[in-house]
Amino acid sequence: MIDIVHEYWRAYLFTDGYSITGAAMTLWLLIVSLSIGFVLAVPLAVARASDNPCLRGPVWLYTYVFRGVPLYVQLLIIYSGIYNLEFVRSSELLGPFFREGINCAILAFALCTCAYTTEIFAGAIRSIPHGQVEAARACGMSAFTLYRRIVIPQALRLALPVYSNEVVLMLHATTLAFTVTVPDILKVARDVNSATYASFEAFSIAAVIYAVIAFTLISLFRVAERRLLAFTRA
Amino acid sequence: MTIDRNTATDDRPIAVNVTNLHKHYGQLEVLKGVSLCARKGDVVSMIGSSGSGKSTFLRCINFLEMPSGGSIAVAGEQVKLEQKRGQTKPVDRRQLERVRTRLGMVFQGFNLWQHMTVLENLIEAPVHVLGVGKAEATERAEALLNRVGLYNKRGQYPAFLSGGQQQRVAIARALCMEPEVMLFDEPTSALDPELVSEVLKVIRSLAEEGRTMILVTHEMKFAREVSSHVIYLYKGVVEEEGNPQQVFGSPSSERCRQFVSAKGSAERV
Repeated sequence: MIDIVHEYWRAYLFTDGYSITGAAMTLWLLIVSLSIGFVLAVPLAVARASDNPCLRGPVWLYTYVFRGVPLYVQLLIIYSGIYNLEFVRSSELLGPFFREGINCAILAFALCTCAYTTEIFAGAIRSIPHGQVEAARACGMSAFTLYRRIVIPQALRLALPVYSNEVVLMLHATTLAFTVTVPDILKVARDVNSATYASFEAFSIAAVIYAVIAFTLISLFRVAERRLLAFTRA
Repeated sequence: MTIDRNTATDDRPIAVNVTNLHKHYGQLEVLKGVSLCARKGDVVSMIGSSGSGKSTFLRCINFLEMPSGGSIAVAGEQVKLEQKRGQTKPVDRRQLERVRTRLGMVFQGFNLWQHMTVLENLIEAPVHVLGVGKAEATERAEALLNRVGLYNKRGQYPAFLSGGQQQRVAIARALCMEPEVMLFDEPTSALDPELVSEVLKVIRSLAEEGRTMILVTHEMKFAREVSSHVIYLYKGVVEEEGNPQQVFGSPSSERCRQFVSAKGSAERV
C-alpha cells in the first residue's frame, strides 16, 4: 500500500508527468460541467416555470430526454455516435472537437447536469409565494427586475440543499469519463491496477479521494446554507 | 348619488378616479360598474361581505387584476388599456409600471420579500425601480422604520417577526416609495386579534396626516372613525355610499343597514 501511494500519489492527485490526471482532472470535469450547467439552467428554469407553453414546452422536452437516458448512453452517443457521422468528421470545427474525449465528456456532463439543475431551480421558482411577486409588481417593478432581484435570488437559495445533492451525484458521475480516455481518478486507479495487480489498494485509494472531495463539497454547501438560508426559520 | 365633497367647490386635486369599472372571470361578473373618486387627503373605506368584489376592485386600481371595462386614472394619468384575444392588456407596460409606483399597496398577507432584511425590503423598490440613491433610500427607510416603531428590527428577516410587525414593515415599505395614494387590502384580516391594534394605530396616524388612502376592511369601528367616505359594495355594485355617519348611522339601503348592524354587534362582543 505504502509503495503504491509512494509511487503513484502524483498521478492520483494531479499529474502523471505528461498531462493533468487524477483528482485535478476530476475536479476540472466537475467544475466546468457544473458551471456550464448552472449558467444555462437559470434561464431555462425561468422558461420551465413560465406560464407560456411555447417557452415551457421545449425546456420540458429537453429535461425529459436528458433525464430519461442514462448518462453513459448519452456519453457514448456524443463520443462514438456523433463522431461517426460523416459531416461531423469532415467538418473543420466539429471534427476536432468531437475527436477529443474530454470535450465529449464535458459536453455530456454539462447537458445532463443542466437538465437536472433546470428542474431543481424551476421547482424552487414555483415554490416562491405568489404574494411576493404581486408585491414586486405593485411597486412598479418590471418583469426583468422582478426576476433579477426577487425570484431568482430567492429560488437559488431555496434550491441550495437539493442542488448540493446534484453536485455530489455529478462528482460520482464523472467516473464515466475514463470510458472516453479522460485520465480522471478512476482511470489512474485502473492503470495502477493493471501495472501492479494490487486491485484492492488501487481502487481503495480512489475511493478515499472521492470521499474526501465529496465531504469537502458537502461541508462547503453547509457553510453556504447557513449564510444564504439565514432568512428561513429552520 | 353625488356627494357634496365631489362638487365643484372642492378644488383639491383628484388622486384616483375610477369610472364604471367592470370585471368578470369568464361568465362570473364580479364588478358591475363601480365608480370611485378620491381627492387628495380622502380616506375611502370599502366595506361589504366576502365575495362582494371589494378586494377585486382595489386590486384593479393598481392592475394586479386587469379590469374588463371602465377606466382608471391616477393623479390625472389614465392607464391605456386594449383588448387582445378577449383579454385586457396595457398598451404600454412602462406606463403601467410608472402608475403603480404612485400607488402604495399593503396586502392582507404582508408579502414581504423573505430573502431580504427589513431594511432591504424598504429600499429595494426605491433603489431598483425609482433609481433613488442607496444612501438617500436608507435614510428615508430608517425614518419610516422609526415611525412604525421597528427601527431596531431593521437587520432582521421577515420570518422572524410577528404578523403585526411584518404588516408595519409592509406599510413602511409602501410609504418608502412616497406614493400619492395608499391602498390597503384587508390589512388586519390575517392578524391575531391582539396584533390588530398596533397596525390600525399606524394606519390611523397616516389618515391623520392627510394621506390619500383607499381601504378595504372588515373593521367597522375603525372605518367609521378614520374615513371621509364609505362605500358599501354588494355583489359587485355600490349599494350605499356617503360619509361614515350616513352609511353607518342612517343607511338608505336595507342590506347595508343589516350588514353594518350585524358587523357592529359582532365587534362589540
